[in-house]
Amino acid sequence: MATKNKKYDRDFLLGLMEKLMLVRKFEEKIQWLFAQGFVYGTTHLGIGEEATGVGTTAALKKDDYMLATHRGHGQAIGKGVNINDMMAEMLAREPGVNRGKGGSMHIADIQNGILGANGILGANAPLACGAALTIKMKNIPDRVSVAFFGDGASNEGAVHEAMNLASVWNLPVLFVLTENKYGMSTPLDKVVKEKDFNKRAAAYGMKSLEVDGNDVLAVYEAVSKARKYAVEGNGPVLIIEHTYRTSGHSKSDGNLYRTKEEIAEWKEKNPTKRFGDYLLSNGIITEAELKEIDERVQKKIDDAVEYAKSCPQPSVDDLEKSVYAE
Amino acid sequence: MREITYAEAVREAMSEEMRRDENVFFMGEDIGVYCGAFGVSKGMVQEFGEKRVIDTPISETAFVGAGIGAAVTGMRPIVELMFSDFMAVCYDQIINQAAKMHFMFAGKVKVPMVIRTAAGGGTGAAAQHSQSLEQMYTHVPGLKVVVPSTPYDAKGLLKSAIRDDNCVMFLEQKKLYRTKGEVPEEDYVIPLGKADIKREGKDVSVITYGRMVQMSLDVAEKLEKEGVSVEVLDLRTLSPLDTDAIIKTAKKTGKVVVVHESVKFAGFGGEVVSTIMESDAFFTLDAPVKRVGALYCPVPFNPTLEAAVFPSADRIETAIREVL
Repeated sequence: MATKNKKYDRDFLLGLMEKLMLVRKFEEKIQWLFAQGFVYGTTHLGIGEEATGVGTTAALKKDDYMLATHRGHGQAIGKGVNINDMMAEMLAREPGVNRGKGGSMHIADIQNGILGANGILGANAPLACGAALTIKMKNIPDRVSVAFFGDGASNEGAVHEAMNLASVWNLPVLFVLTENKYGMSTPLDKVVKEKDFNKRAAAYGMKSLEVDGNDVLAVYEAVSKARKYAVEGNGPVLIIEHTYRTSGHSKSDGNLYRTKEEIAEWKEKNPTKRFGDYLLSNGIITEAELKEIDERVQKKIDDAVEYAKSCPQPSVDDLEKSVYAE
Repeated sequence: MREITYAEAVREAMSEEMRRDENVFFMGEDIGVYCGAFGVSKGMVQEFGEKRVIDTPISETAFVGAGIGAAVTGMRPIVELMFSDFMAVCYDQIINQAAKMHFMFAGKVKVPMVIRTAAGGGTGAAAQHSQSLEQMYTHVPGLKVVVPSTPYDAKGLLKSAIRDDNCVMFLEQKKLYRTKGEVPEEDYVIPLGKADIKREGKDVSVITYGRMVQMSLDVAEKLEKEGVSVEVLDLRTLSPLDTDAIIKTAKKTGKVVVVHESVKFAGFGGEVVSTIMESDAFFTLDAPVKRVGALYCPVPFNPTLEAAVFPSADRIETAIREVL
């Protein structure tokens, strides 16, 4: 782990543990619900990547703007979306965060700074620049705008344009690149010649940080540092978080592009188990306490599912009336 | 009343709104000291400074996206795309982001933004700088689409567009930038979604918008001398569409010609005709409705070829005579 626990409050560390478990159990529950036919459409799970969403958002403030990705459950939960409302959205119900109009790929929660998850890869990077432009034009103190994207989306022109724009306009944007080894099925080797993403930041005159994305404390520390740098008016930062998605890309994934051994190896390195082991081995938490958190989180998820199942379907009456803001 | 150009009317609308509301700002390529490719923003950077009149990198996706991001967080951006053809470069941000956010996020955000751009042809700018692409935007729920035909309308409609809480595609007609017309100095707005009868008539209706309005009025003037009374309806806003005005004029004259500069095939005229056919105006028609639009080809460079592609006064007159 990145740092000796001395500098952290125990409650903070336990809070991180709980968030990691919450994200993990939320996604595992969605996987199960999907298999049971309760989840309509598709969903992109990020099992194995939960330290990126949780660690990054732990370093953000409630009012910081965040533009999430299609694989954004962990990002949204980390930023503080209500679990019941999010589960209701996953089941396409009326009280869902998007009133059943968005689903897994478009979770938005403005009260918590979540300006929406995006189904178009890389498209959130320019949007994040705009939110940062608001911060700059209105002189809003102590606020940043964050865009998550993956190594796959890093090759979208939108990301390159946005990085250049943020840099030349000195905008408080954090570009969070979750490098999870594959764009859907295509390995990084096949799509980029230069795998050192720091060089991309350098090309745009931007600061970059690189971190083990399965180490939640290391992610938290890197993003905290980047956030401080950006709010002090020094411009944007690219944060490269190395991780691995042990779940498939989506429901269509047959895992034909990687070996069982590779997945098994990364399951061992999964960030939730790793952080739990860290807390145990450093005497920060006991087995009993860890089990207690586990049970509490499990109940929260189970309750959310029961709540969502009890929620009504949205009305079809207001569809055409909901297109424009009045 | 004083007369100013279409370009000056656009500038006046932007400047007045920027003085009225500090959240309104303006960005685009070379809009500062250069004043934009058509001189629309002359003097604006001097008045409002570089913080509110922002020259952008040549990155349409980035700055249109940034406009959307700023709009959803409390600003009211006016974004200029130098030529409307460049919309194709940033189509995702307009179609998948700006148009959908309000609906997809259950009304939690609004996108109060205007994308101003120079549309249309007749200037020798060839295939990639002469298109009229309005029908590509009217087809996307969530966008509003405005095409002003006079300096008076340009000012009043743009002020409404800037005050609107949705993404408005404001398609200025580059061929009209230097045309003059009466424009009040005081503040006024023209509501979006209201068509305007530019000329009353009783024998035949020409339903049109944009650059074709003046051409249709010229034809109407000519035919008046022969005793043919032509009504010219300027749609002004294509989305939302003033269907009542379309049906009303169709019922009034029973003979309709729809004219637009964009390609006739699958153009917006099809929507106008369908509006008539689906209404009880259908029973009052005395002749099949005619459409006049551009030929089905990219806009060519050669002036003779270019002129052959776009609707002309002659083609409008011929169509009118066919329905009479």
